[in-house]
Amino acid sequence: MKMRRCVYINDDNLAQDLYCDNRISNRKYTIWNFLPKNLWEQFSRLMNQYFLLIACLQLWPLITPVNPVSTWGPLIFIFAVSATKEACDDYNRYISDKKANEKEVWIVRQGIKKLIQAQDIKVGNIVWLRENDEAPCDLVLLGTADPLGTCYVETAALDGETDLKTRVIPSACMGMDFELLHKIKGVIECPSPDKDIRRCDANMRLFPPFIDNDVCPLTIKNTILQSCYLRNTEWACGVAVYTGNETKLGMSRGVPEPKLTAVDAMIDRLTGAIFVFQIVVVIVLGIAGNVWKDTEARQQWYVQYPTEGPWYELLVIPLRFELLCSIMIPISIKVSLDLVKSLYAKFIDWDDKMVDLETGTRSHATNTAISEDLGQVEYILTDKTGTLTENKMVFRRCCISGSCYGNETGDALTDEKMLNAVSSGSPDVMQFLKVMAICNTVIPVKSSSGAISYKAQSQDEEALVRAAAQLLMVFENKSGNIVDINFNSSLIQYEVLDILEFTSDRKRMSIVLKDCQSGKILLMSKGADESILPYARAGQQIRTFAEAVEQYAQLGLRTLCLAWRELGDDEYQEWASMFNEANSTLVDREWRVAEVCQRLEHGFDILGVAAIEDRLQDGVPETIETLRKAGINFWMLTGDKQSTAIQIALSCNFVSPEPKGQLLIINGKTEDEVCRNLERVLLTMRIADAEPKDIAFVVDGWALEIALKHYSKAFTELAVLSRTAICCRVTPSQKAQLVELLKSCDYRTLAIGDGGNDVRMIQQADIGVGISGREGLQAARAADYSIGKFRFLKRLILVHGRYSYNRTAFLSQYSFYKSLLICFIQIFFSFISGISGTSLFNSVSLMAYNVFYTSVPVLVHVLDKDLGEKTVMQHPQILFYCQAGRLLNPSTFAGWFGRSLFHAIVVFGITIHSYALEKSEMEEVSMVALSGCIWLQAFVVAIETNSFTVLQHLAIWGNLVAFYVINWIVSALPSSGMYTIMFRLCRQPSYWCTIIYFR
Amino acid sequence: MSSGDGVSQSSSKKSKKPRYSRFTQQELPACKPILTPGLVISTFIFIGITFIPIGLSSLSASDAVVEIVHRYDEVCISSNANDDEAAHFARIGYIQDDRTNKTCTRTLNVPKKMKQPIFVYYQLDDFYQNHRRYVKSRSDEQYKSPENEQKTKTCEPEAFNDDRKPIVPCGLVAWSLFNDTYTISINGNTIPINKKDIAWRSDRTHKFGSNVYPKNFQTRGLIGGAKLNESIPLSEQEDLLVWMRTAALPNFRKLYGRIETDLEANDKITVVIQNNYNTYSFDGKKNLVISTTTWIGGKNDFLGKIYITVGGICLFLAIAFILVYLLKPRPLGDPAYLSWNKDPASY
Repeated sequence: MKMRRCVYINDDNLAQDLYCDNRISNRKYTIWNFLPKNLWEQFSRLMNQYFLLIACLQLWPLITPVNPVSTWGPLIFIFAVSATKEACDDYNRYISDKKANEKEVWIVRQGIKKLIQAQDIKVGNIVWLRENDEAPCDLVLLGTADPLGTCYVETAALDGETDLKTRVIPSACMGMDFELLHKIKGVIECPSPDKDIRRCDANMRLFPPFIDNDVCPLTIKNTILQSCYLRNTEWACGVAVYTGNETKLGMSRGVPEPKLTAVDAMIDRLTGAIFVFQIVVVIVLGIAGNVWKDTEARQQWYVQYPTEGPWYELLVIPLRFELLCSIMIPISIKVSLDLVKSLYAKFIDWDDKMVDLETGTRSHATNTAISEDLGQVEYILTDKTGTLTENKMVFRRCCISGSCYGNETGDALTDEKMLNAVSSGSPDVMQFLKVMAICNTVIPVKSSSGAISYKAQSQDEEALVRAAAQLLMVFENKSGNIVDINFNSSLIQYEVLDILEFTSDRKRMSIVLKDCQSGKILLMSKGADESILPYARAGQQIRTFAEAVEQYAQLGLRTLCLAWRELGDDEYQEWASMFNEANSTLVDREWRVAEVCQRLEHGFDILGVAAIEDRLQDGVPETIETLRKAGINFWMLTGDKQSTAIQIALSCNFVSPEPKGQLLIINGKTEDEVCRNLERVLLTMRIADAEPKDIAFVVDGWALEIALKHYSKAFTELAVLSRTAICCRVTPSQKAQLVELLKSCDYRTLAIGDGGNDVRMIQQADIGVGISGREGLQAARAADYSIGKFRFLKRLILVHGRYSYNRTAFLSQYSFYKSLLICFIQIFFSFISGISGTSLFNSVSLMAYNVFYTSVPVLVHVLDKDLGEKTVMQHPQILFYCQAGRLLNPSTFAGWFGRSLFHAIVVFGITIHSYALEKSEMEEVSMVALSGCIWLQAFVVAIETNSFTVLQHLAIWGNLVAFYVINWIVSALPSSGMYTIMFRLCRQPSYWCTIIYFR
Repeated sequence: MSSGDGVSQSSSKKSKKPRYSRFTQQELPACKPILTPGLVISTFIFIGITFIPIGLSSLSASDAVVEIVHRYDEVCISSNANDDEAAHFARIGYIQDDRTNKTCTRTLNVPKKMKQPIFVYYQLDDFYQNHRRYVKSRSDEQYKSPENEQKTKTCEPEAFNDDRKPIVPCGLVAWSLFNDTYTISINGNTIPINKKDIAWRSDRTHKFGSNVYPKNFQTRGLIGGAKLNESIPLSEQEDLLVWMRTAALPNFRKLYGRIETDLEANDKITVVIQNNYNTYSFDGKKNLVISTTTWIGGKNDFLGKIYITVGGICLFLAIAFILVYLLKPRPLGDPAYLSWNKDPASY
C-alpha cells in the first residue's frame, strides 16, 4: 500500500515535526564520522584489505624483511590521497548546501510574513517567491500575482529543459484574496516522497472559512519543485509539501552505480592471477626455506639457530616470503589508474575539436572512469531524432483534404497554391491552420518590441505554430484559459477547457476548446497517423491521407495528422466529470486518465497531414561510415514510423542501397506472424553470412515486443548475426531491453541519445553518450559523456577511446612488470641467501622504486600517441585491435610476465657475477641491482613510447638523473654505502650492453 | 552531484572561452622514432663496435691481474680417517679444541711479477653472511656512540652476556669475526702486511665510534670468532669493520691487508697460518688470496666476456639484417601489409 502524508497548511502546531525540516544535506560525512566512515569505505575494497594485512604483518619484526615504513608509507599516502579527495568533495557539497540552506526566504508564521533561512522551512509553511527566486522546497501553489492563477517556471535545473512551463494554482484557490492567503488553512494529502518529477498525484481540501467541500485534485501542474525558478511572474506563494532531502530533487539525487570497464575487469582478473602465483611462490619457497633451515642452517654455528623454536616457527619463513612477494601486486596501480583516467576525461573536456561551435558547448566526461571502454565499443545503439538529426523542425509539406501543398517547391509555405488558398480563405485550410496554431502547449512570449517568440516543449509543435503564423494564422497570446488567434488582423478567441496531454502510449494530444463567439465546444487533435486515422468518423475517406503519409515518410519527413470534431454540450459535461475524477485519483492516475481520453478521441474529422522535415546533422553519414569500417555495429532505435526510419537509415549510411544492401523486415501483429517472419529472416541471415553483403533487419515495436517475449532465443541469434538493425516504434523501455540483450551476449554497448526517452537506454548501456541538444539536457545529465553533435562520436571513440585503451593497457601491465621485476630479483636472491627471506634491497630503495622512480616516467605515458589522429581517422580498422582487446589480455600479460622474469635474470646474473668475491658487499650489490632495474625500466618505457614529447624526455631521463642525485644525497649521509656509486658509475656500460640486447 | 552545480558548470562551460594549449589538445610536438631498417642496422653496428673494444680492454685488464689463490682448510688439518664423514667430525673436533696447535705453514709460488700494492684477502665459500638471521643481528646505533650501549634489541641472540650486561659490539656478525691470521715471509724475511686503512673510510669516521670500546665481548659460554682488544675503540678495529661489511653472496673475499713491496716471479712465499676459524662444521672452504689490481678491480673475466658476446651478437644481427634488407627489400609504410588489407575476407 502506498504511503501517504497529510500536510496541514499554515498550521504551526500540527504535525510539523513528523517530517524533516528543509535542511539540505548532500554530505556523505560529518566531521566526526569522516575518518571511520571513509576508512571503512576504503577498506571495503579487497585490494586495500590485502595491503592492510601486509602492512600489519610487517609490524612483526621477526618476519618483516624491510622496515614497515616501506608499506605503511605508500599505504597511508594512498589512503590520504583518496580521503583528501573525498573530503574536498564533501566540503564543496557542504559549502553549496550551506549556501542553499542559509538563503533567506519569506514565509508566513502566525499569520505574519517573516524572513527566515531556507533551512527553517517546515512542511505546511506558506512560502512566498518573487520573480526570479529559486524554490527552496517542493511547493503546492496557492496563489500568484496573475489574476488567473498562472505563473511560469523554469525547470532547467531539474530536467534540463530550458523552456518556460506554465503552472496554475489549484481550482480551489482560484480567485482568493491576496490578504486571505495569509490565513488559509487546509490539508493536502499527497504520496510519500518519491523521485518522479513528472507526477504529483495529490489532493487538497481547504478548511472553513474557505468552504469548498470538494476535494481538489492536484497535479504536477500545481506545484513548483525545488530548484525551479519563478519567471515572468511578479510573485507566487505555495505551501511546502516536501522539504529538505525529501523533495523530488533530493530523492532523485542518488549515487549512480559505478560502471566497471572491460579493462578494469581484466586488471582485476590479472591481479587475482598474480595473487595466486604469489601464494604458490610463497608456499614453495616457504617449504624450501624450512627444509634448508633444518638441514643446512643448523650446522651453521654463526647463525645460532635454536634447536627448539616456538610453535609458529614453521610459519615464519613462509610469512617472510609473503611479505617479500607482497610487492608483486603494485600498491600504486589503483592510484595511478585513477589519476590517468581523470586525465583522459580532462582531455575530452579540453578537446577543441569537439566543441559545438553554434552553441559553444564543449564535450564533457561526467564519468571519468570508463574512457578505455570507448575504445572497445562493439555496438552503438542510437536514437534518431535529435541524435542523427538536428531536431530543428521545419514545416515542409502538407496535404489538406485531398490536395497536397509543397510537392513542387519542397516548401508549402511558399507554394502558390497554398498562398492562394489562404488568401481565399478556404474553410478546410483555415481549420487546418487553426488546429496547427492552437492544438499545442506552446507559450507565446511577446517581447517589448512586439515580436512574438514561442516557448515550446516539443519541436514539432513549435514548427507548426511558426508555420501557421507565417500563413497569417498567428497565435498571439495566451492568458489563462483564453487563447488569442490573430488571422488577417481579426481576433479569434477560444477558451481552453481541457488539455489531453501527449503520452507516448496514445501518441496523440488533444485540446478541448470553447469558441468564445459561438459557444461551441470543439475537440482538436494531432498525432501520429496510426493513432488518428483509424479513429476517423465513419464515412470519411482516409485513403488520400494514408497515401500522403506514406509518400512523406518515403522522403524522410515526419508526419502529423490533424483532426477535429465538435462536441455536444452533454457529451462534454459527462466526459469532463469523468476526466476530473480520473485526474484526482491517487492510484494509477496516468492509466485512468489515458482511458478517459480514449473515450473522447474518436470520430474525428480528419483535416490533413502535416509533414515536418528534420534535417540530418552535419557529418552524420561520414561518421557512421567511418565507425562501421572500424567494426562497430550500429542499431537505430527510434520512435518514428518504419518508412521514415528506413529513409533516414539509408541517407546516413546505415545500410547500403538496394543491390549491395538488403533490408529484412520483421513485422506482424500476432505471434505466428512474427515467428514466421523471424524464422525467414534468420534463414536469410545464416545463408548471407558468407557473402559480404550489407544486411540489416527492421523490426517494429509491436513485433519486437512479441519477439522478445516469446522468441528471445531466436531474436538473440539474430542480434548476434546482424551488424545493423533498425527498430522503429519502440518505447523507452524497449530501448533499454535491447541494450540489455546485447550486453547479455557480452558485447560492449554504447547508447547515444538526446531526449528523455533515451535516458533508460543510456543508463543501461556500458557507455552512455548524451547529446546536449534541443530536447533539453536530460539525456546529457544521465550520460557518461555528453557531446554537442553526433559527429564528435567519431573522435570520441577513435581518438580518445583508442588512446585511453592503449595507454591504460600499457600502464597497468607495466605496473605489474616493474613490481614483478624487483620481486623476482628478491626471489633469486633468496636462493643464494639460504632461503631465509633476506631482502636484497633496503626499505628506502624499495619504497622509492615503487612510488617514485618507476611511477613517474610511466605516468607521462598518458601523452603517448602510437599513431597520429589523422592516421586513425583514415584507417578506422585500426580499432579492431582495441575491440578485440589485443593489448591487454592474458597472453600479452604473459609476455610482460616473461619479460620481467627475463630482465630479472639478466640484472641478477650480471650483478652477482660482476660483483662477485671481494666486491660482494651487500649495499653495493643491492645498489647495482637497483640501478640495473631503474635503467631497464627507463629503457622499457622508452622503447614502448611511440612519440616523445618534451615531457616524456623530461620524465624518463630526468627520472634517471633524479635517481642518481637522490642516491648521492642519501649516500652522503653517513649511513648507507657512500662509495658504491663511484664504483658503479664506472661499470655502468655493462648495463647498457644488456639493455640494448633486449631490443 | 546536486543539480545546482550542474547548472553552474554548464553555464561556465559556455562562458569559458576555450583556452588553447598544446598540452590540453594533446598536440605537444613529439618526435616519433620509426624503426627503419637503416636505423636498426646502424644502432646494432654502433653497439657492436663500441662494445667489443670495451670488452677486449676489460678482458686484458682482468688478464693483467696476478692472483694466487690457495685453499688451506683441508690441508691444514690433516686427517687420517678413512671415510669422509669421520674426517669431517675429526676436523670439527680439532678446530673446536682450544689446546690443539693450529699453526699451519704453506709455501706458495709467485707465477708472475707482482707490483705493489699487493692485496691479501681471505676468501670464504659457502658462508652465508647474507642469511637473514645473521645479517639482521647487529646494531649500528650501538656501534656509533657509547650512549647507545643498551640498544641491543636487534642483536638477538648475541645481545647480552650471561650476566645480562650488553655486549659491545653486539650481534651475530661481530660475534663470528674471522680469526685466522697470516704471516708471510720470503726466504725467511718476513714481509710486513699493512693492516691500516683496509676498512672503508666512512666506516672508520662515521659508522663506528672512536669512543666505543669493546665490552663483554666473547664472554659467553659459546665463543664464536676472534676476540677484540678492549682498549682499542671500534673505529680502529679494522678487521672487525671489514667483517661487518656483510657480503651479499655466500662466496666472498675480504681484505686482510696490503703488501707494499713487489714480489718477483717464482718467489717462494712461506705463509704461516693460524687456522682458528671453524668452517668445518658446515663444509665451508677457506682460501688465502694474494692479488694485484687493475682499473677493473680483481680478476674477473665476466664483464669482458659479456661485452664481447653482446657486441658480437649485435654485429651478427646487423649483418643479418643487411642481408635481409638487400635480398628482400620492402617499402616502408606500405598499406598493403596492414592486416585488413592482406585478408579482407577475415572481417
